[in-house]
Order: sequence, then C-alpha cells, then structure tokens
Amino acid sequence: MNVMPKMNRRSFVIGSAAAGGGLAIGFDLPFGPKEASAQLATPELGVWVVVKPDDTVVVRIARSEMGQGTITGLAQLVAEELEADWSKVTYEYPTPGENVKRKRAWQSYSTGGSRGIRESHEYVRQGGAAARLMLLQAAANEWKVPVEQLKAENSTITGPGGLSTTFGKVAEAASKLPVPEKPALKDPKNWKIAGKPIKRFGTRQRVTGQQIYGFDLKMPGMLIATIKECPVFGGKVKSFDAAKVTSMKGVKKVLQVGDTAVAVVADTFWQAKTALDALPIVWDEGPNAKVSSASIAEWLRAGLDADQAFVGNQNGDAKAAIAGAAKKVEAVYSYPYQNHVCMEPMNATALYTPDKCEVWVPTQDGEGSFAAVLAASGLPADKCDVHKIDLGGGFGRRGGFQDYVHQAVRIAKEMPGTPIKLLWTREEDMVQGRYHPVMQCKMVGAFDKDNNLTGLHMRLSGQSILASVRPQVVEQDKGRDALTFQGVFQSGEHAFGYSVPNLLIDHSMRNPHVPPGFWRGVNINQNCIFIECFMDELAAAAGQDPLTFRRKLMDKHPRNLAVLNAVAERIGWDKPAPQGIYRGLAHMKAFNAYVAGAAEVSVTGDKIKVHRIVAATDATYAVNPAQIDRQVAGSFVYGLSALFWQECTVKDGRIVETNFDTYDSMRIAQMPKVETISMPSGGSGPWGGIGEPTICVAAPAVMNAYAKATGTRIRSFPLKNHKLQIA
Amino acid sequence: MARFTVNGRAVDIDVDPNTPLLWAIRENVGLTGTKYGCGIAQCGACTVHVDGVATRSCAFPVSAAEGKQITTIEGLAQGNTLHKVQQAWIEHEVPQCGYCQSGMIMAVAELLKNKPKPTDADIDSTITNICRCGTFQQVRAAIHAAANA
Repeated sequence: MNVMPKMNRRSFVIGSAAAGGGLAIGFDLPFGPKEASAQLATPELGVWVVVKPDDTVVVRIARSEMGQGTITGLAQLVAEELEADWSKVTYEYPTPGENVKRKRAWQSYSTGGSRGIRESHEYVRQGGAAARLMLLQAAANEWKVPVEQLKAENSTITGPGGLSTTFGKVAEAASKLPVPEKPALKDPKNWKIAGKPIKRFGTRQRVTGQQIYGFDLKMPGMLIATIKECPVFGGKVKSFDAAKVTSMKGVKKVLQVGDTAVAVVADTFWQAKTALDALPIVWDEGPNAKVSSASIAEWLRAGLDADQAFVGNQNGDAKAAIAGAAKKVEAVYSYPYQNHVCMEPMNATALYTPDKCEVWVPTQDGEGSFAAVLAASGLPADKCDVHKIDLGGGFGRRGGFQDYVHQAVRIAKEMPGTPIKLLWTREEDMVQGRYHPVMQCKMVGAFDKDNNLTGLHMRLSGQSILASVRPQVVEQDKGRDALTFQGVFQSGEHAFGYSVPNLLIDHSMRNPHVPPGFWRGVNINQNCIFIECFMDELAAAAGQDPLTFRRKLMDKHPRNLAVLNAVAERIGWDKPAPQGIYRGLAHMKAFNAYVAGAAEVSVTGDKIKVHRIVAATDATYAVNPAQIDRQVAGSFVYGLSALFWQECTVKDGRIVETNFDTYDSMRIAQMPKVETISMPSGGSGPWGGIGEPTICVAAPAVMNAYAKATGTRIRSFPLKNHKLQIA
Repeated sequence: MARFTVNGRAVDIDVDPNTPLLWAIRENVGLTGTKYGCGIAQCGACTVHVDGVATRSCAFPVSAAEGKQITTIEGLAQGNTLHKVQQAWIEHEVPQCGYCQSGMIMAVAELLKNKPKPTDADIDSTITNICRCGTFQQVRAAIHAAANA
C-alpha cells in the first residue's frame, strides 16, 4: 500500500468522494495503518499517559468502545489521578501488535463480562498517578525545590513563591524519569472527575454521520467481499458454480473460504451480494441436518432428571429435604437460543502481503483479533497487527469469536496487496451467530409444615458456552462449566443471593451442534428468570408476600437485600398499586454488581403493558452516573426484547430466523419508563460491572407482575410463543 | 445511470438501477453516515429524506430516486450549525454505540417538520427505528427538548 497521510483522529473523513461518476475513492479510516504501531503519541509518561507540549493529555485505552462508555470512564479515572484538566483530555488505542511488542504493557484488551472498568481501574489509576508524580518531579528538578512542596491541579503545577507551570511544559523532561511503581491512589471521596456525569467522547461524530465504523472503511484499491457459510453448523461446501456469476458486473473473484464458506469479491457490496445470491452452492450438510428445536428440547428435557450433573452450589441435603417435605413445589422452565443482533453486522477489513497482514475490525478483544490474524495469515506476530474500530454494538458477539477476521484474512491472502472489506449481510449475521445457549431448568422447593423453605433443588439442563469456546477451562474444572451457574454460584462475582438450609444447584451438560456464545448478561438472564420467578411461585405456595418471603432467606446477603429494598421502596411495594397495575420484583448478583428490579405492569387480553421499571445497582463505585443511567435503561430494552420476541428456532440443522421481520426488537413505543438507582457502597472490595447486570432482572420482574395480574405463570420464552404481545 | 441530488449536490452515477439507494449513497456517492442494518426496511438505520420524506433507503431502488432531492445525515446541519435534533442529541447524550442514530435522527427530523410539538403518542406511532443499545429513553427526552428548542 502507498504511504497513508497522517490523520487527525477527530476529523476522520479524508478526501471524501467527490459526488460524481463511478466509485467514490478516498480514505475513511479512524487512523492510518502506520500511525497505529509506530506513531503512538509522545512523550509518554509510563504506558498509559501522554502529555503533549500543548498540554493535550492523551490517555491510552486498551478496552473497546461499543456504546457502553468504557473509554470515557477509563479516561476519567486516569485523568483524576493525573490531576488533569478534563477539557484537554483525549485518548488513543495502542494496537494489539504494539501490546505484544511491549510484553503486554496494557494488559488485557478483552471488553466483555462488564469488565472494561471494573477489572482495569486499579492499574489505569496507578498509571495516571505515576504520570502525575513524574510531572511533579520534573518541575521540582527544574525549580530545584523539594517535590513535596509542589502541587498538581487542573494540568498545572504550582510551587512555593508563586512558581507555576503546566503539564505540557515539563512533560518532555518528565518522560525521561523513572516510572514510579504502585503509587498511592486518591480516596474516591475526593474525586473531581471520576464519579461525575461527564459527557462521553465521540457524541458529535455519532450524530453527524462522521463516526467511522468497520462497515464504513475506505482504502485506495479496496474491494468488497460478502460471504455465505454452510447454514447447517458443521456442514461444508460441496461445490459451487463460479462461472454462473464471474461475468456479473463488478465481480472480481469467487472463492471458497476454508471448508465451510464461499465468498464473492466485487467493486461494491451490492455487486458482491447480488452475485453471491445468484451463485449456485451445494452444501454437504453433514450429520446435523435433521436437528430441530424439538429434538434439542427433548434431549435437554431428559437432562432434568439425569443422574449425572455438575454441582455449582450445595449445602445440606436438598434431596433428603425434598423427600421429607410437608409440601413440595415443582416447576420446569426453558430458555431459547438468541442472537445478539448488533446493529452493525459482522465485518473486518484485511490487507495481506507476504510481509505483513493488517486488519481493521470492530472488536471486543483486540488481542483475540490479533490471534486470529496470526492463525489465518500464517505470518509471525511481528508481521501482523490489528487496528481497533469502535463497534456498532458488541454484546458478546465480537469478543471470543473472530470468525469474520479469519474469513477476511483468508480472502485477502488470495488477493495480496488488495484491501478486502468483508461485510456480512444481516441474514448471514442471523444464521451464523454464536447464540445465547439453550437451557431448561427444573426447580423443586420443599416446605416444612410451617411454610418454611427447607430445601431447594435447581437442576439446569442445557448448553455450556465454555465447553465450546474455552474447553481447556472446562477440562481443568473436571468437566464443569462454572459459568453456567452465573448468579446462583457458590461464591464469587456471581454468588447466589439466598441462604437455603438444604440447597443443590447442578447442571446436566448437553451441547447441541448450534454454536453457543457470550451474550449481554448470558447465563444470568435465564438463571434470574428461573430462580426469581420460582421464588414468587414458592411465596405464593407459602401464602406469603414475595418480598417478605425473600427477605427471610437474605439475612446473610446484605448487599442483595439493600438493592432489593431500594427498588421495593421506590416502586411503593408497601402501598397498593394503582387500579389495574401489578408489581413484580427480582434481584441478583452479577459481574460483581448487586442489582434489583421492580416492574409495574398491566394486562389487557393478550397485551402486556410495562409502565414503569425501577432498577437499583450497587457496583461498589460509580465512575460515570450518566453512563450508568443509560446502560441500565438500555439493558431493559435488551432484556425485554429477549423476553417478548427473541428466539432462534432450529430446523433442519439451521437457524430459521434471518432478519428483524421474524426476530423483532423493542421500539420506542414499547419502552417503559426506567428509573435508575445507583447506590455504590464503596469500600476496598472488588468493583462491579454495569453494562450487563440489570438485564437479568428485566424478565423476571415483569413475569412476576404478569403472574400476579393474571394468576398464570409463564415458564417458556419468548412470550410471542404464548401469543402475548407488549403494548 | 442515476441522477439525483444529495445534500444539494447533483450526482450522476453509473449503477445498476435496482441497487438500493442506500448502497448508491454509501458506495457510489461515498457518504457512509447512512447505515445498513437489515436491508428489508425494518430497522430504519438507513433512513434518509427523499424530497423531504423520511425513507428507508435500503429498500428503495436508486432508479426511484431519479431527479429527487436526497438529504442524508451529512446534509442535515446547515454548515457548522447543527440541526436542532442533532443538538438535542448531543445535550441528552443519546447515542451509545451510535450506529442506528443517523437513521433515528433523520426520522425524528421529519417528525418535527410535520409535527413541531409531537406528543408521546405521535413519537410512538412515527419513530419505529430499532436501537439495540436501547437509547429510547434518551431519544424521547431529546425529541421533546428539540421540539421546545
């Protein structure tokens, strides 16, 4: 490729097309390919902070931005410790290749599991604090006064006798000083930038059409590819008749990609798609071509009573308690396959030459993308790099799976020197997902004669994500997938929020051929439905108020109880609901945050109106309350869309639903009012995540209200299968 | 061949007449602010104005745009002065990932042109764009703010 001009990342459109004949030619890149590895900003003060002579503060960000506000939150934390003037703060992404070169100086790039902030806050804050100490020392050296007499505030350093300078003026000298290790951090009580509802980066670009997503990349000489993989998972390409389409306008190449896919490369996406639609492909559908949702459900059902199961949580003897119960309550729930449906379908752009392979990709895990480039290109690490682009939605699809990166590199390898932008159609995105796993659950509760809950057995039967994507983790755990027990686990960031005298929570693992994946929330979503809907069923069987019933089991879970009490109080649980309105509750510990939700619902015939949601979150610390509000409100759109409409049905081994016409998602008319309560309890313990946790309380809170309104308990999803609609 | 006007500029492009306007705008005109989300006029990410009418350009053949005035998200602002919807979007920090917001903003701009003070019911019946991040609460607040701007 020719030398790229250096580009200002805040003004992305370079040489945008003149509106005229033919194709638009020009660059639209978030940054130039050379800049990313060789031209990180300087001078750097440690690996996290750069202060330029003009006082611009550049914070290095390893995690990805997909709408959750992580880059702004991380920059706030660094700027706080740095004592920077926020108006001068910007950011840049060091590439994964650079991270490898520097022995993982920026640590993890993974942006899933609501971990962007909660798992990096300490070392990025230390990065900010270290840079501040270096700047102070540089000023002290220049002024020849003890550093203890200097103070940094608002990107300015002051000293005795009216001495004053700015960060930019001493940055060059500071950059030559040693980087202090593990500097002390501020008490969050004294935060001025972190903890505030600061406006996020990038909003103006996003309302003017200037934000460049992966779909929008342009490079000189670039061609567009689109692809079809065997719709039956595990199947392969048998044959295809390229001659039928090679003469179509714009078509440059028709090729098989690996064993399983066929791609068309053309001047434009529309030409590539038109040719691919017309291309006769014969698939070898393999051994899974007869699998259906019904056959999968039948297999899972058998797991509900199977002898073998992996234990996720256990105390006392639940089976004995159930056998000796004065009263027994039993219910079977099920949860479907679901697709993420990121608004921006999967894509990646690759440029391969025998000397170098570069990929531009919206990714939740830059290092995962980097590994895919290495594997697909066959080149060593020093000849590969990945340039991260902000995502048009991620939700777990763009993290552990880099299938589209493999594909783009494989295509580019067949056309060395030509940048290939691989774009998936929505249809490909729907049928080649990494789906929210299927799960069934049998709940059995035991009461003594005084209606005390004496035993609980929660038997999960269904698919393991880790068995598919990180089998070594499952192997180390003797076959168990601990992630299956999110929200009901024995301990840790997904610990169960109740104490039951005799408890057994176990999992009969059944892995159908449909590839599972991480999803927004993933296993907390169904586990919260199972446990929290069943808690209401138990309360009803005991003739008790659902809140009162729960509280009796939560003595040892004060933070769960605090968020539950908070939503109960705000929704007015102890006061009668307005005429025709019914209320439901749910809570869970998820990604180390304690969350609860309360819903107000009315039901008219087959229409459910969700009037109001109250959601409480204790994430230990709140880095940006405005972003928390938005993440929490958005999580109810995601969670209620899943509840009402979303199921990927399996027929003849493949996914039936191919677009939004059969796989719907909430619109504004159906959006309930969401009131967010952020109640960070502080302390020195681990921080909680924000992007996912509250999604899990959406469905059970609404379903508990629905059951109260109608006396009917729904135990399989989505609700469209029960002819129920959201009003 | 297709001739139409995009954001006030005449364009004359050599393209199959069945090509959706979306792809002509993105690939032949070179304006990528208008997004592909579904290709079947369901999600609204591709919404542009065709002679002032909010139109889902992914299912609108370029041949039907002949002679029309097209406005895309890039053409909504007047020079450096943002449209009041864009301004309200910034003040209310509506976008999360932002991918759907070009279409959302174009749909709302038309709503406010037709109904300068829309009720919640007007919003519900007119704005049917999909947003997977779930920005609707901010969208509604920002629409009312723009209406009162």
